[in-house]
Amino acid sequence: MKFERYGLGMAKGLSVTLRYFFRSPSVTQYPEQRLHTSRRIRGNELVWDRQKCTGCCTCAKSCPQGVIEIVTSTNMVNNKYEVEKYRVDTGYCIQCGLCVESCPYGALFFSNAYECSKYRRSELIQDKEDMMLESGKKQPSGYFYPEIAAELPRQTLLVEKIIEED
Amino acid sequence: MVINNPVIYAVNPQTLAADWPGGFWWHWVLFALVTIIVVILMVMGYIYIARRQIGRMQSRVGPNRTGPFGLLQPIADVLKVLLKESITPDAVDRPVYWLAPIVGLVPVFVVFAVMPFTDGGMLANLNVGILYVVAISSISTIGMFMAGWGSSNKYSLISAMRVVAAVVSYEFPVLLSIASILLLSGSLSLNDIVLAQDIPFILLQPLSFIIFFIAGLAEISRAPFDLLEADQEIVAGFHIEYSGIKFALFYLVEYGEAFLLSCLITTIFLAGWRGPILPEWLWFILKSLIVWFVMVWLWATMPRVRIDQLMALAWKFLLPLAIINLIVTAIQVLTLPQDSLWIMIPVNFAITAVLILFWSKKFFKLGWGRVEV
Amino acid sequence: MAIRTEPFVMNMGPVHPSTHGVYRMRLTLDGEVIIDIEPVVGYLHRGIEKLAEERTWTGVIPLTDRLDYISSMSNNLAYVLAVEKLAGIEVPERADYLRVIMAELQRISNHLVAVGSFFNDSGAYYTPFLQMYREREKIVDLFEMVCGQRLTYNYMRIGGVSQDVPDEFIPALYKLLDQLPSAIDTFDTFLKENEILLARAKGVGILPPDMAINSGVTGPVLRGSGVAWDLRKADPYSIYDRFEFDIPTGEAGDSYDRYRIRIEEMRQSLRILNQAVRQLPSGPVKADVPHLIRPPVGDAYAHIEAPKGELGFYVVSDNSISPYRCHIRPTSLLNLAALREMAIGWKIADLVLIFGSIDICLGEVDR
Repeated sequence: MKFERYGLGMAKGLSVTLRYFFRSPSVTQYPEQRLHTSRRIRGNELVWDRQKCTGCCTCAKSCPQGVIEIVTSTNMVNNKYEVEKYRVDTGYCIQCGLCVESCPYGALFFSNAYECSKYRRSELIQDKEDMMLESGKKQPSGYFYPEIAAELPRQTLLVEKIIEED
Repeated sequence: MVINNPVIYAVNPQTLAADWPGGFWWHWVLFALVTIIVVILMVMGYIYIARRQIGRMQSRVGPNRTGPFGLLQPIADVLKVLLKESITPDAVDRPVYWLAPIVGLVPVFVVFAVMPFTDGGMLANLNVGILYVVAISSISTIGMFMAGWGSSNKYSLISAMRVVAAVVSYEFPVLLSIASILLLSGSLSLNDIVLAQDIPFILLQPLSFIIFFIAGLAEISRAPFDLLEADQEIVAGFHIEYSGIKFALFYLVEYGEAFLLSCLITTIFLAGWRGPILPEWLWFILKSLIVWFVMVWLWATMPRVRIDQLMALAWKFLLPLAIINLIVTAIQVLTLPQDSLWIMIPVNFAITAVLILFWSKKFFKLGWGRVEV
Repeated sequence: MAIRTEPFVMNMGPVHPSTHGVYRMRLTLDGEVIIDIEPVVGYLHRGIEKLAEERTWTGVIPLTDRLDYISSMSNNLAYVLAVEKLAGIEVPERADYLRVIMAELQRISNHLVAVGSFFNDSGAYYTPFLQMYREREKIVDLFEMVCGQRLTYNYMRIGGVSQDVPDEFIPALYKLLDQLPSAIDTFDTFLKENEILLARAKGVGILPPDMAINSGVTGPVLRGSGVAWDLRKADPYSIYDRFEFDIPTGEAGDSYDRYRIRIEEMRQSLRILNQAVRQLPSGPVKADVPHLIRPPVGDAYAHIEAPKGELGFYVVSDNSISPYRCHIRPTSLLNLAALREMAIGWKIADLVLIFGSIDICLGEVDR
C-alpha cells in the first residue's frame, strides 16, 4: 500500500473536525432541559378507565408476556362484571402495546411518563387504585387514541431543532 | 558555599542560590517539589482541556457538572481512582508487577528538571540537556514492558511487545531530527537552544519538525499511533490488570509524557519562552497548549495504524528523511554566513515538500500484506 | 536466519469492546498473525424460536423486534410477509407504501450504525461514530413519532401496519430528505480518502466471489465481492418493483469496498424514499384481520433484503392460535461463515476491522 495522496485525505478529515469544533453542540442538558417526547409514546405504566372496562379480559389474553392479572366477580353493575382485582406487573411488561390496541371498549391507555424508576422490584406492580384514569394523577398518552394525542405538546424533532449552516 | 561537592560541578553555578537560607539542599528540595506540583497540575489541566476539546469536536459538551464549567473534573477523577480497590490477580509476578508503575513514572518527573520554564528557570541547567531528556525518557518504556510481562495476561504481553518494538524503532528519527537542530544551536542545553532561536526553528527546519512530531507521537503512544494501548483491540494493553492507584500512576505517565512532548516541541521548535509582552512562563504554557490542541485534534480525527505499518513508517520513511535532512542542514550551516540564515527558510520548505512527495510515492510500502500460513 | 516461534491460543472473549455483542473467538496466533479462528456462539441465546410457539401469531411480532435489535422494522416485515403468504392475505396499498418507507429508513439507520462502528473499530476515537448517531437521531425521532418507541417498534401487523402516520410525519420526512444527503457527503469527506484508513482497509480481508457464494453470505458482504444479488431486484417482495434504484457492487471484496457499498446503499435508499413519499396513496392501513388469527394448515417461507443480508422466516401452521414452528434464517450467523477464510493470515488489528465490516448483530446470531 503506497502512501498516496500525500496526506490530503487526512487534511480533509482534520478540516471537518475543526468545523465541528466551532459549531454549537447539539446537547440537551437533562434534567434542567427536557425534550417533548412523542405524543404516542409507549410509557412505562398503564392507565385504566374503570367506567368503560367490562372485565372481558381481552387485554390479558393478548399480552404476550402475561403480565395482566384480572379477577372479576359476578356482581353485575350496569350490566358489566365487577372488576375486583386488576394488577399489572410492569417489570415483565415489554411495552409492546398489544393490550391497548386490542381493548374493544377503549378502556386501557399507556401512560405518558417515562421517568418511573423505583427502588424495589415489588413497587413495580401496579394495582387497581393507582392505575385509574379518574384519579387524575396519570396522563395517558396518545397511542391508539388520536383525541388524546391532539392535546399533548408537539414532539421536539432534531430535524427542526438544528439547522445546518454548511 | 561548598566547592568540593562533586554534585555542584555538574550544575551551572549561576542557578545556585548562594544566599538561600539553609543553603543549596533546601533550595533544591523546594524547587523539586515546585516542579513536581507544576507538572501534576499541568497534567490535570491537560486532561480537562482534552476532554472539553474532544467533546466540542464531537458536537457535544465535555464534562460540565463537577464544579463551574467542570473544572473540578480532573480532581474528581483522581479521587475516584485513588479510592478504588487494587485488584491483583493471583498469577502475577509480584516484584515486577508492583514496581512497574514506579519505573514508568519516575523518569517522567525527572526529565522536567531541565525544562526551561523561563530564562534559566529550570531546576538544573545541564549542559547535556537534550541528551539527558532523550536518555531518561526511554526508561519509562521498561516500566511498560514490566507491566505487560508481570500481569499474567496474553493481551498485555502483546501490548508490551508492541511498546518495545515501537519505542526502540522511533528513537532513531528522534535523535537524528534533534541532531539537525543541534547543528543550528551549537549547544545541547535546552536554555541555549531557546536563546539561539531568533528565527524559530520550526521555520528553519520544517522537515525536522515533522519527523520529530510524528516520532514523538509514536513514542508516547498517542493517536494515531495509540495501538500500544488500543481500546478496541487489546482492551487497554499493558495496564489491563491494574486498578486503583497503580492505574492512576500509569494514567499520569501517559499524560505526563504528552506534556513532556509538548514542552519539548515548544522549547526546541517554537522558541520556548520568548515572546513580546506577556511574562515568559505564560508564553511557554501558551505555546505548549497550542501543541496540545493539535495533538488532541489529531486524536479526535485519525484512525490508528497497524503495528507493521508503524514499523515501516519508522524505518522506511522517517529514518531516511532524517538522515537526508541532517546532511542538507550540515551543508547549509557550513556554507551560509551566520546572519543570513533566513535563506534556509524557503530552501528548506522546498526540500521538505519535494522529499515528502517523492518519498511517499516511490519508495515506500506501508506494511506487509497477508501472510501465508 | 529464521526465528523459531510457537503459536499460542488467545481468547477474544465474550466480553470485549469490539466484538459487536457477546461473541467469543479462540484465536491461534503466531506472534500477531492469525493462524486459526474458532468461534463460540450462544452467549445470547434466548430461545426465540421456542418462545414463538407459546405466543399467538400477533404476539410473536414483539419477539421478532428483538432479533436484530438495530433494524427492528425489517424483522417485523419479514415475519408478517411470511404469515400473509401462508394465510393468503392481501395488504392495502397505503400499508405497502408505509412498509417500504419504514424499511428504507431502517436501512439508512442501520448503515449509519454499521459505518460508525466500523470507524470506531479502526481507531478514530468516537468522532465519526457520534456524528453518524446524530443523523440517526433524526430518523429515530420519526419512528418515535409513528409508533412511540425508539428501538423495538412493533409496528407491522399481519395484514398491514398497526396505525397510520400522524399529520406531521410527512413534512418532517421531507425535511429529513433535505438534510441527509449533505450529511452523508460530510461523512464522505471525513474519512473516505484518509490515508491511514486506506492503509488499514484496502486489500484487507478479501473475499473472492466464488467463495462468497459457496459460503452462503448475503447482503453487502456478497455485493462487495462483485456479485450483483439483491433480493429487492432478484425476487421482489412488497412493491419494490415500482421503484427505480441501483445496486452498488464492489470490485475487490475487501473491507473498504464493503464500507463504500454501505454509503452508496444509503444514497439509493434516499432515492427510493423520495419516490415512495411522493407516490403515497390514501386509504386503510390494515386489512380486516382478526387479532387471534388462525391461518390454514401449511407452511411458508418469506425472505427480505434486510440491511445486513437476507433474512428469512419459515412458519408452519396447524390451524391454531400459535405457530407450530417458526424458524428464522439468521443473516449474521451465515455471514460469519466466511470470517475464517477472510481473516487468516492477517493480524489482530485486521481481524477487528474485518469483523466490523461484516456488520453482525448478536441478537440474530444467537436468537
